[in-house]
Amino acid sequence: MSDPAIRVRGIEKSFKDVHVLRGVDFDVERGSIFALLGSNGAGKTTLVRILSTLLKADAGAATVQGHDVGSAPGEVRESISLTGQFAAVDEVLSGRENLVLVAKLRHVKHPAAVAEELLARFSLTEAGDRRAATYSGGMRRRLDIAMSLIGEPKIIFLDEPTTGLDPQARIDVWRTVKQLAEGGTTVLLTTQYLDEAEQLADRIAILHRGTIIQNGTLAELKQLLPPAEIEYVEKQPSLEDVFLALVGDTGEADAAENADAAADASTGKEAR
Amino acid sequence: MTTHAIADTGVLTGRSLRHILRSPDTIITTAVTPIALMLLFVYVLGGAINTGSDESYINYLLPGILLITIASGVAYTSYRLFLDLQGGIFDRFQSMPIARSSVLWAHVLTSVVANLVSVAIVVGVALIMGFRTGASVGAWLGVAGILVLFILALTWLAVVAGLSAKSVDGASAFSYPLIFLPFISSAFVPTDSMPAPVAWFAENQPVTSIVNTIRALFAGQPVGGEIWIALAWLVGILAVAYGFAIAIYRKKLS
Repeated sequence: MSDPAIRVRGIEKSFKDVHVLRGVDFDVERGSIFALLGSNGAGKTTLVRILSTLLKADAGAATVQGHDVGSAPGEVRESISLTGQFAAVDEVLSGRENLVLVAKLRHVKHPAAVAEELLARFSLTEAGDRRAATYSGGMRRRLDIAMSLIGEPKIIFLDEPTTGLDPQARIDVWRTVKQLAEGGTTVLLTTQYLDEAEQLADRIAILHRGTIIQNGTLAELKQLLPPAEIEYVEKQPSLEDVFLALVGDTGEADAAENADAAADASTGKEAR
Repeated sequence: MTTHAIADTGVLTGRSLRHILRSPDTIITTAVTPIALMLLFVYVLGGAINTGSDESYINYLLPGILLITIASGVAYTSYRLFLDLQGGIFDRFQSMPIARSSVLWAHVLTSVVANLVSVAIVVGVALIMGFRTGASVGAWLGVAGILVLFILALTWLAVVAGLSAKSVDGASAFSYPLIFLPFISSAFVPTDSMPAPVAWFAENQPVTSIVNTIRALFAGQPVGGEIWIALAWLVGILAVAYGFAIAIYRKKLS
């Protein structure tokens, strides 16, 4: 379908005197990963809250899955799922109960079976009956994302999904996001980490002081700068490479990749 | 969407009731202070209080104690609501295709259940301490109805506090004056023993008419016009608090 999953036109929003969004425009293609890149306070969260019907825009229009966020919020909510900046899990309930709760609210058949399957998919089966308050940051984030997948929403908003996570948990989240997009889900994620946008996104928009100052694929954005000159420098392993190589267990799928990284790191020289 | 409103409210009420089951201390704490007050007033101060009737003092005291129980119990609603708002789960619910009012109603219904349990515990202790009533089933239902209305009115006030609070302490602080109100009413001593201005306040504030109505129902006496004043207060407070709560809730979402 040529119709974009998300269409944002001239969205503005102020809080008292602070003009947070000053006319934001962009489209997100169906089934793609779109990264909204920006520093803290750029207005990313405000925009996500408007798109997920938690806030009303002062001006402009936005449609999500063809539904206007202002005039048809109910339909919008049917097609989206929001994973906010802070893991929105119920700490008093167990992981399993959290999943069952959302499954019941989304009126899916067999909530218990859905919960069971998601626990397994996010490696939480063992911790499934423990209270979410006892979970680590990474586990909580996984549970949070698992809760967002219930009912198979067409569009998922991830607001800074890896802020505060350790490198391994971060890679786990990245893998999940990639799998979602492969399954046809549209993902809009906000991030302040450049490498995250680079790793995941089909398109990247840079939100700065309330407007989109650039929007394109990674290749397009790179072309904005003069072509890179080739020079040879000694490649130092980054601390992340070292950490991951030492700790090793970033999950089966990534193990080989990391071994490669470690090998690269130890051979020393590489072109940049 | 609205067809699911009742089912959604049920699911969400189940969630917050589970919170209470996991931390039953909220019910116990709610009941402890009123029970302590009851012990203090019946066994220490009560001997010096002349209520002007030959009813035992605990029979005189219990209605006010029940109102204090509820006034302290509703603070947990604003507390839980505030935590939901802080934790982000509130946003999750709001971005899901569920009836938005379900989120508030779930907290309110939970409050009704939790407070009725606390009230039952206090009544149980009162019975052990010698509270007796010849109230008919109808009178008991009347008492229950007034208490439920009182819980609803105060809980919607608690919702206002929980939605507008900036801190956890702020969320529950609103209930202190409510707990204090029964002391300046006919709950512990007859109002005619008070200095004129205080007596005037005591006689014209909601607690007195509610206490007098419950007292009359328990004693099997006619409630007279007092019940209408009590109901007017209750429905009035409920309507105003509900209106405010919904207005604040709407504003939060714009």
